Amino acid sequence: MNPRHRAFVGTALIAVALAMLPLVVGGALGNTWVRVLDYALLYIILALGLNIVVGFAGLLDLGYIAFYAVGAYLYALLASPHFGLHWPAWAILPLGALVAGFFGVLLGAPTLRLRGDYLAIVTLGFGEIIRIFLNNLNTPVNITNGPQGIARIDPISVAGHPLSKPIEVFGVTLSGVMLYYYLFVLLAIAIVFVGIRLQDSRIGRAWVAIREDEIAAKACGIDTRNVKLLAFAMGASFGGVAGGLFAGFQEFVSPESFGLLESVMVLCMVVLGGMGHIPGVILGGLLLTLLPEAFRYGAGPVQQALFGKVLLDPESLRMLLFGIALILVMLYRPAGLWPEARHRRELSGK
Amino acid sequence: MPLPVTIERSERIRHPLREEGPGGGGPIIASVDIFLQQLINGLTLGSIYALVALGYTMVYGILGLINFAHGEVVMIGALTALAVAKMLAAAGLPAPLVLLLALAAAALVCMALGATIERVAYRPLRNAPRLAPLITAIGVSIVLQQVAMLVWGRNYHSVPQLLPAGSHEILGAQITEVQLIIMATAALTMLGLMQLVNRTKLGRAMRATAESPAIAALMGVDANRIIMLTFVIGSALGALAGVMVSANYGIAHYHMGFLLGLKAFTAAVLGGIGNLGGAMVGGLLLGVIEALGAGYIGDLTGGVLGSNYQDVFAFFVLIVVLIFRPSGLMGEKVAERA
Repeated sequence: MNPRHRAFVGTALIAVALAMLPLVVGGALGNTWVRVLDYALLYIILALGLNIVVGFAGLLDLGYIAFYAVGAYLYALLASPHFGLHWPAWAILPLGALVAGFFGVLLGAPTLRLRGDYLAIVTLGFGEIIRIFLNNLNTPVNITNGPQGIARIDPISVAGHPLSKPIEVFGVTLSGVMLYYYLFVLLAIAIVFVGIRLQDSRIGRAWVAIREDEIAAKACGIDTRNVKLLAFAMGASFGGVAGGLFAGFQEFVSPESFGLLESVMVLCMVVLGGMGHIPGVILGGLLLTLLPEAFRYGAGPVQQALFGKVLLDPESLRMLLFGIALILVMLYRPAGLWPEARHRRELSGK
Repeated sequence: MPLPVTIERSERIRHPLREEGPGGGGPIIASVDIFLQQLINGLTLGSIYALVALGYTMVYGILGLINFAHGEVVMIGALTALAVAKMLAAAGLPAPLVLLLALAAAALVCMALGATIERVAYRPLRNAPRLAPLITAIGVSIVLQQVAMLVWGRNYHSVPQLLPAGSHEILGAQITEVQLIIMATAALTMLGLMQLVNRTKLGRAMRATAESPAIAALMGVDANRIIMLTFVIGSALGALAGVMVSANYGIAHYHMGFLLGLKAFTAAVLGGIGNLGGAMVGGLLLGVIEALGAGYIGDLTGGVLGSNYQDVFAFFVLIVVLIFRPSGLMGEKVAERA
């Protein structure tokens, strides 16, 4: 086989595997796990967006979840009985990208001339501000419905069919979560494609140059301020799209989904997987959504078997191990589990 | 994906004044007195912020690193002191002795914790890219928070009344003895720290290391020891601040460190990070801004925004300072460092 054929066969195999996955998982483990896969895909989309900011351009954003929140609430407000608006998802999602991108520029414009760790704190503060506003904007005019959140959001529809309803194809019943899986997989592939094209583009190379040495990048004629702003806005708009998908998928949003911990979680996917390396980020996203879920179901029974009772609350045990993993990975594999070749060389030869 | 939810801290950590009245309305006081009252509350809060901010600023001054886990050290200090105090009070010791022993225990635990964090999470990464220690710091925060939750549970703990409960009236505003004690202790501690840094041999070694670790080492300063001591001193101050916070609000909680840490960091940046005097001024100023902001935001916005936006002020101040004066109010001395 010549290389072209091999690439074609490889792609086809991956496509078939991705198509079969929810059926196999759904059959073997039940729809709960297909739902977990859906969340994993959402997080991968989110992590790929943050990867542009943190991985490519080297700007530490600790409030990334705020853009996710903006996208999610925009969807919730425009497609729910809360305001009686029922816009189609395909109009809201691009709008969400725009609005989140606008917020990105709004935050980035004044702060991007700051040094890295200051930027981290400002973005962290911004994330908290957004959350506080979501929590409190129910008086005097009820915009966000406060801590109760917004419920009964319209599901995403494709060709007039809401994805939350099961559908029968060739005698196989595809449940709602499976339909969402296919939508998310397609979008994730599209975003991976955009990410790869961006990485190799003139802008992508400018981002990497800024990450490696901002002064040198400036000396090479890169308009560092605008290029950084572009990274920030682009990352934010990915977050906005992911937020819209989340709102449509979950049909409910509330401020508590957008805490600092979520920002940290997405950041960890990028960092643990391998900053700036798209396959690594996907791996990080998968690991950090699937492992904790497995843990949630596994930790209780395992402790029961070992000690005869549940000694540690699985939820906090999960977070505990997560924190320890962060420290260990930074100490022993600072470039992540699956780093980009260029990045790896440079860190080992410090 | 469901994650442990961050409890609405903004609803919990609120002004003593606000907590008195039903529904957070607060007692009805004439307008001049509200100003004075909020000023007193703000100064109390500000002296606590200042103590925590010192921990951030000392570490930043020497290592150029944001010790993200410092807020959690403060939380551990508060909860340790509380546990020890409850134990000793049950044993029937007199209140002042209980307080002192609890404080000492909390300080010891926090100092050990600070030294461990430095050794495990920061020292191996001293030459790594800047992001690396920030991420281990986040890891340490998560670990400390979860450990605290496993040890002390998710509940709010009420703090036993160890300090005198009386209050005085000044021009119509109430100042409690607890507030007086907090302010006095904070002022004395800061004075002591200034003496330590400016007058002693250790202080000179710290200042030298902050200026240039390499040259300080040439002069015979053991940089590793100085850095560890900096963490230890900062953590001890954190323990003291933790006890003060829980005494001020009457509650302690495994989640109290996060927001406190963030605000104290804001205070440090406001004053000029790396500058001790700046941290104190920044802390006091932030406390006053917050208290006055929370007191007047309702009037200023015609009732559209309420005191539940109190926590927004800190971040707003942070963003404004970073935009217009990134080196902080008193930050000239360290502006170009690191």
